[in-house]
Amino acid sequence: MNLRKYLKVYKKFLHTSLASELEYKANILVDLITAILSLVGSVFLLSIFFQNSGYIGGWKFEQALIIQAIYTILNGITNTWFNPNLTEIVKHIREGTLDFVLLKPIDSQFFISLKKLNPSGFLEIMLGFFLFFFCIRINQINLNLSFLTLSTITISCSICILYSLWFFISTTTIWFVKTWNAIEVLRSFLYIGRFPLNSFSFSLRIFFSVFIPIAFITTIPSEVFLGLSELWKILLEFIVASVFLITSRKFWLFALKFYSSASS
Amino acid sequence: MVQNIIDVRNLSKSFDIASKEPGLKGTIKHFFRRQTKSLKVIKDISFEIKEGEIVGFLGANGAGKTTILKMLCGLIYPSEGSILVSGYLPFKRKENFLKNITLIMGQKQQLIWDLPPIESFYLNASIYDLDKFEAKKRIKKLSEMLEIDEELFIPVRKLSLGQRMKSELLAALIHEPSILFLDEPTLGLDINAQRNLRKFLQKYNEKTNATICLTSHYMKDITSLCKRVICVHEGAISYDGKLDLLLKKLSPVKEILIVCRSEEDAIKLENSGFTVKNKVKNEITIKIENNSITSSLKSILNNFDIEDLFINEPPIDEVIGKVLIKKEYDI
Repeated sequence: MNLRKYLKVYKKFLHTSLASELEYKANILVDLITAILSLVGSVFLLSIFFQNSGYIGGWKFEQALIIQAIYTILNGITNTWFNPNLTEIVKHIREGTLDFVLLKPIDSQFFISLKKLNPSGFLEIMLGFFLFFFCIRINQINLNLSFLTLSTITISCSICILYSLWFFISTTTIWFVKTWNAIEVLRSFLYIGRFPLNSFSFSLRIFFSVFIPIAFITTIPSEVFLGLSELWKILLEFIVASVFLITSRKFWLFALKFYSSASS
Repeated sequence: MVQNIIDVRNLSKSFDIASKEPGLKGTIKHFFRRQTKSLKVIKDISFEIKEGEIVGFLGANGAGKTTILKMLCGLIYPSEGSILVSGYLPFKRKENFLKNITLIMGQKQQLIWDLPPIESFYLNASIYDLDKFEAKKRIKKLSEMLEIDEELFIPVRKLSLGQRMKSELLAALIHEPSILFLDEPTLGLDINAQRNLRKFLQKYNEKTNATICLTSHYMKDITSLCKRVICVHEGAISYDGKLDLLLKKLSPVKEILIVCRSEEDAIKLENSGFTVKNKVKNEITIKIENNSITSSLKSILNNFDIEDLFINEPPIDEVIGKVLIKKEYDI
């Protein structure tokens, strides 16, 4: 793979996406306001849960806020990259415009995963980081090199798991044509990631760890920040992320053999 | 000797198609137990195309023309048989193969809707690994050939269909491919835009010696660009050869309207042994076989007092229409 070429193409993707989005100023403004209101609403909801008892599933409100911060950062990443690109896969397959992607001398997964970008998602990422640094302060977390390395690894793994799950579902469009509902179900499961895994019953914890690995997406990185995580969990998250990423790639290449292109 | 750039041998393609009975009962049955049947859309076809050739694929809707083009450019895997395009197996979509071909579809677009076409051109240039200087040079050259200028800087959504199609062509040709697959490129364009597009393709072929495979329902596209046609009927090739031979075979006679000086001359001509289609006063329409047209006209002009005459070619659409419904043409 020619890295220089891919960087050059990605720079063009950034440029064209920003230029496209900036054509609609009002839309960006509405997205920004929605992101702020959504964060305020989520923190308010969380505070209501903690109103009667100071702990849920062994987590204090201040600690649970870290999960909310990570969720907000991941949701920002979702809205910036995953949502504009991965939902487009369904459209590409239904309308047959995937033909243009497949005939370009560039990796098709790279193209369809990164071509678009929604700049309003950046604000959500910034809000998430703002909340995150606030949590570090109120939880008196000591920032050191090992802490920063482990948190970067776990958050990167979370992004990989989230991307792979979404990409996997979108790929099934090649057979099922319409998969909007499955993506909506995935998004609603992600809302659950705003709460600590321990706050759910045992059976739900198993479900959110094995079948839809929401636990790996927010809870494990949060535990790392609070110094509560054990090494095996971090290793497990790394393995799960790698397996998901490799599987989604293999699955895409396999699915393309069944692509029949839309009729013209 | 000109080399074969496309070589297709015993190619077949089958699709699994879901079939559904009508009504609510059929819908429920279809939801729970989907019945599919294998449909062979391309049936054991073979042909070769030489470098620099422009070949038209003719056929009714659903005959399999687009499926053939999509297999040639590597979008669809063939079920049986072999395809070699420029020495590559298309469905492997190797980088060098993709840099050599392009697909243009009249009903689908790759340009970024909200931005001027120039942005899409530079994006494509980076995908094809062209530097900015080279991309600029090629955009200038192609835009001159396509006669577009200001349109390059207007958002795609504000362009007319004709301007958009020209921009689509430029986006698809920025890497200077040597094989062009065109699926109904003039669809929906007005007469002038169609003519300009044909002129451009002709020029592009002359300048670059590119091979062009074209499908179109506009006969003018075929007659003005293609010397050779491949007729596809229900997934099989019904004719592969020169277009003028096909036309001669399908319409072996010409109609000639002769205006005589007097009605007596017209009556004399009517009884002279020619096949008469109709006669109104001093005007008579006769049918003459293509191979005897010169001698017959010479004899008419020598023996009768003729005021004027008109040779009517049968409408090309009518002639080609015969191909679309017939299984085989042996010429």
